[in-house]
Amino acid sequence: MTTQTATAPAPRVYADHARPAWRRVLFTTEMAIISLLAIVLVVASLTVDKFATPLTMTYLLLDVTTLLLIALPMTMVMITGDIDLSVGSMVGLSSVIVGLMVQAGQSIPVAGLVAIAVGALGGLANGLLVTRMQLPALAVTIGSMALYRGIAVGLLGTTAITTFPREWTQLVKANIPGTPVPVVMILFAVLLAAFAVLLHFTPFGRGVYAIGRSKDAALFNGVNVDRTRVILFVLSGAVAALAGIYYTLRFGSARGDNATGLELQVIAAVVLGGVSVFGGRGALHGVVAGVLLIGVLSSALRLAGVTSDVINIITGVLLVLSVISGSVLGWVQARRARPAASAPGAKA
Amino acid sequence: MSTASTATATRAVEAPARASWLRRLATSRELGIFLALALVVIATTVRNPAFVFSPDGFRDLLLTPSILVVVAVGQAVVIISRNVDLSVGSILGLSAYLTGTLFTTTELPMVVVMLAGVALGALLGLVNGALVAFGRVPAMVITLGTLYAFRGINVAWTGSNRINASDLPPEFLGLGTQAIFSIPVLTIIALVVLAAVAWYLSNTRAGREFYAIGSAPEAAELYGLASRRRVLVAFVLCGTLSGLGGVLYAARYGTVNSQAGLGYELQAIGAAVIGGVAIVGGVGTVLGAAIGAYLLLTIARALPVLGIPDFWQQALVGALIIGAIVLDRVLARRQSKRLLTERSAV
Repeated sequence: MTTQTATAPAPRVYADHARPAWRRVLFTTEMAIISLLAIVLVVASLTVDKFATPLTMTYLLLDVTTLLLIALPMTMVMITGDIDLSVGSMVGLSSVIVGLMVQAGQSIPVAGLVAIAVGALGGLANGLLVTRMQLPALAVTIGSMALYRGIAVGLLGTTAITTFPREWTQLVKANIPGTPVPVVMILFAVLLAAFAVLLHFTPFGRGVYAIGRSKDAALFNGVNVDRTRVILFVLSGAVAALAGIYYTLRFGSARGDNATGLELQVIAAVVLGGVSVFGGRGALHGVVAGVLLIGVLSSALRLAGVTSDVINIITGVLLVLSVISGSVLGWVQARRARPAASAPGAKA
Repeated sequence: MSTASTATATRAVEAPARASWLRRLATSRELGIFLALALVVIATTVRNPAFVFSPDGFRDLLLTPSILVVVAVGQAVVIISRNVDLSVGSILGLSAYLTGTLFTTTELPMVVVMLAGVALGALLGLVNGALVAFGRVPAMVITLGTLYAFRGINVAWTGSNRINASDLPPEFLGLGTQAIFSIPVLTIIALVVLAAVAWYLSNTRAGREFYAIGSAPEAAELYGLASRRRVLVAFVLCGTLSGLGGVLYAARYGTVNSQAGLGYELQAIGAAVIGGVAIVGGVGTVLGAAIGAYLLLTIARALPVLGIPDFWQQALVGALIIGAIVLDRVLARRQSKRLLTERSAV
């Protein structure tokens, strides 16, 4: 079997598998971004005063949790070649719903469940428009981004609700006893495990990659393309709503304009983590590293006294460099492989 | 999915050419949204005649969307070539600040300063275009990156500074307020830009190539079109117009801080989409995008008059965008079905 694939002129996609296992694991975009994260961590710990302290770590983790949560379903959505721009607005809408329900005397769990249900419904609406009407996800979610944000702002106006039960606002900021790790990281870890299993170890997850490579081919291979895409949009909406609950409790404030612009940060982090916007490639460990890289950079720079605006420049430049480098590497590889592999499918 | 939509899209472009011009006008998307716009204006004016029939009302009606029209026209060209430019708001902000800074720190004549603002936009558009055309990476990612980068540069440069109206020469501010024959100067500039780009897109070879590239990039490449150069030109044009938008922004509002133009990218894309420019490329006109911009911002101003709290404005915009793309899809499906029956009848 192995000798056959080695001798036969294998398609370009499988050429990677001819390389030794250790090279396949080490020389990946994901490993590059993880190494970069490690380097930045080491450099920041050595050079930035007070960076390598438990308190900094706690705040860093609290800050990136919203991004981390939303990045999980966004990774899968983007691997299928879709995109969900409405997540930032869904965070705001969820925040407003939680705020209004708590104000009306409901408990946090009830309010939270309603918010998550609304998030799932919003995702369902996105998914159905994309699949049933065959509309591009970019256009649909630009619309729903304005719509969900508009509903949030319409419901609450410019006021803010700040009366949340103290035990809940304390809980989301609390650490796991004896560690600098916030309790909310447990929630993230559980979700990460669930999404990792779903994406990397189930037929559903293989289907996600297949859809990103080619929707037609996936369909002919028995993948329920439309159902998969709808499920992913529903997950994206629901997790965004969950992140909205966290965001609200963490800052103790429900506002219609909470998390404005978050969608772009999430997408930047996901692309930085090695997910292709064309779909078909990417992995969760890379995305988590991408989110953390942005979080660590901004935290370290802020401690070093660099204004927070420079972080925008760095995020932008990192994003452009990460996609350009992938493209350049692909071009170089295609150049080197040209004598061996002939034209078809040589698009890297 | 993308191939299917491309097929219907190309057919949608071909079909009207065979219809009579009257039918073409009656079924055109531009007329549809123009009627929607007229409806909004009429309904609002019935409620409050001052919306149109006062000097201020009339002026604001024409003036408010002018800047967005300029930016949306550029955005439409980029979208027609199957790309997208998310960085227009950041480009607008940088150009606006450069314009203000040059007025406050140098003695350069007004025209030179304005040209410098526009040129900066062109330069930033060139950066986008070069990265997209030669990096061979999706425009969305590149311009998402430059959205951050340009805005970051703006904030780092501006800091907490701001340009105030009192720093700017009165004749420059006059551009933002004056009118010729009761039509605001900014509106005239926007209309000239619109007419020029519309002519370029529909009457020149290069203009038609944007549609060809947007409809079927591979086919355009096989046919021998200079796709890279066209994409580069689309981004430079979009950057130039965003830069012009920045100059006009400074003239109109007088105050420029580091947040100028924030969120313009989504309004510009929204205007284009509402105006019938298909996000998958190859379909639409800049006239549609311009009317879309007018509709978007006029609705925003009409809502309070109609008794709807303006907090709901954004929700309406969202519903409008979704409605517009769903409508497009339904129409395209119906047309492709009709064309199929026509073909089988022959």
